[in-house]
Amino acid sequence: MSAIKYLTNGLLKENPTLVLVLGTCPTLAVTTSANNAIGMGIATTFVLLCSNILIAAFKNYIPNKVRIPSFIVIIATFVTIVNLVMQAYTPDLHKSLGVFIPLIVVNCIILGRAEAFAQKNSVFHSILDAIGMGLGFTIALLAMGSIRELLGNGSIFNYKFVSNDAKTILLFIMPPGAFITYGFLIALTNNIKKKFNI
Amino acid sequence: MEIISIIIFAILVNNVVLAQFLGICPFLGVSNKISTSVGMGGAVIFVMTLANLVTTLIYKYILVPINVTFMQIITFILVIASLVQIVEIILKKVSPSLYQALGIYLPLITTNCAVLGIALLAVQKNYNVLNSVIYGASTAVGFTLALILLAGIREQIELVQCPKGMRGFPIALITAGLLSLAFMGFAGLIKV
Amino acid sequence: MSKKIESTLLNMILSLTIIGIVASFSLGFIYEITKKPIETSAKQKVINALKEVLPEFNNDPMSEKEIINDIEIYTGKKNNEITGYAIKTFTTKGFNGLFSLMVGLLPDGTINKIQVLDQKETPGLGTKMSENSFLEQFYGKNPSSFKLFVKKDGGDVDAITASTITSRAFCEAVQKAYDALMKKKSNQKNTITDSTSYKTKDSSSIKNDNL
Repeated sequence: MSAIKYLTNGLLKENPTLVLVLGTCPTLAVTTSANNAIGMGIATTFVLLCSNILIAAFKNYIPNKVRIPSFIVIIATFVTIVNLVMQAYTPDLHKSLGVFIPLIVVNCIILGRAEAFAQKNSVFHSILDAIGMGLGFTIALLAMGSIRELLGNGSIFNYKFVSNDAKTILLFIMPPGAFITYGFLIALTNNIKKKFNI
Repeated sequence: MEIISIIIFAILVNNVVLAQFLGICPFLGVSNKISTSVGMGGAVIFVMTLANLVTTLIYKYILVPINVTFMQIITFILVIASLVQIVEIILKKVSPSLYQALGIYLPLITTNCAVLGIALLAVQKNYNVLNSVIYGASTAVGFTLALILLAGIREQIELVQCPKGMRGFPIALITAGLLSLAFMGFAGLIKV
Repeated sequence: MSKKIESTLLNMILSLTIIGIVASFSLGFIYEITKKPIETSAKQKVINALKEVLPEFNNDPMSEKEIINDIEIYTGKKNNEITGYAIKTFTTKGFNGLFSLMVGLLPDGTINKIQVLDQKETPGLGTKMSENSFLEQFYGKNPSSFKLFVKKDGGDVDAITASTITSRAFCEAVQKAYDALMKKKSNQKNTITDSTSYKTKDSSSIKNDNL
């Protein structure tokens, strides 16, 4: 694959959220608003980038049998760093995302890319892969968050389009709304892929 | 009694999968057959109960006294990974058929956000060791319940006509959404 | 592709130990760096809330803090006269758990203003507790006559649509704030009564002496 392909792979063709269906927990839980969605997307992309770089750089020094625990410790370290930094500098976002920041460590996307890609490819390609996957994840989350916030609260990025008394479809902010929006987005992605032969 | 309300809250009112969105990956991955769902549920109950016990103990008696609470994420996930390894070894010896049936999903319990998530939440809610264990066990029961329910419905969906683009994950998610809607009815069950 | 090192026991232990040590040290380092900002941002939030909910004051309420039953009471004074109390209260009964409020009360217990400090309720539902449309109904009311329960439970409070649990928890937090203030006041009264009876004893013993 040419270098650019590594980058664009994660955007649509193998979008981790909408095609590979990985990292579903944060996708459903933090997309109650577009703000939360972007915050989570950026935090996850950061961890993915750092872990991919480190693992690709040191892949020859990690014996095969202990690779999974090693990956886990590396990923967990970056997640803790992100958690502390967010607590210090973005306290409101940190409070809204809550327990899902530490849960980035078990986001299947990160461990999945470490296992499937970073340990078999160069640092440069792993960087591109991480950016592509992270971006794909963030875009998917943003789509979910915007739809749910728009339909459920009449606003986007906290900017209200409708008056305070307007009736919005509250269901979309609640759990059932998350499942349903996600289901329809996956179906939509499948159709787009088929139509444009991606 | 606080214990009873923890149990009812965890299983029905605030169901880990349908309300808290933890444990979705195995929820979607394993729920296409009822038999595997039961097996997975059992394994998760075992791991979550033990995980909550060990992690709460470690947090209260090791991390806090030494003042290294920032090591929480690393220690917790390592404890869980080790527990899952142990379960794998035990299962291989005790019930090789179940071990085969669960396949890749068994090591995947490590990345089950529910296990780590509930361990973290038990500490956040400041539960003592007993409450933490009960919380873990009942949450896992709630997980198993949701899993079996979804599997039952999905087995039926297999037998009917479904629009092509919706087959597989999309229809499973929408079904989960309807299940979640139904569970919202439990909201008034206990006065928190 | 260069060769990967072998999975011998020594190599495995070595690599895991090195990774573990590097991880712990980097985390300890970051923890130390972020400790101060975390503390500062929490403190600043309280200071801002005090300014918002208290009537005019020119003392330093942070130095006049009293804690009753886990509730923090800050006294606001202007020219040494008490103008109001800012009470940092909380509830664990929110839909998503703990949230805290800063309740400003006038010396007679009337609610002046309320500001939400921390909450993690559902956006679009429970988070509406921070909106003026919900908060304003409390201002100027005295909990001794204004029933701090949602209308559904027989009280005077208009709950947030579809967020009864959040609304109930909010009322409980405000009630806790009022109760803490009342306790503080009765504690003060008791202290004054004690010193008065002591004085009476003294004067009677003097009388006897004079005899």
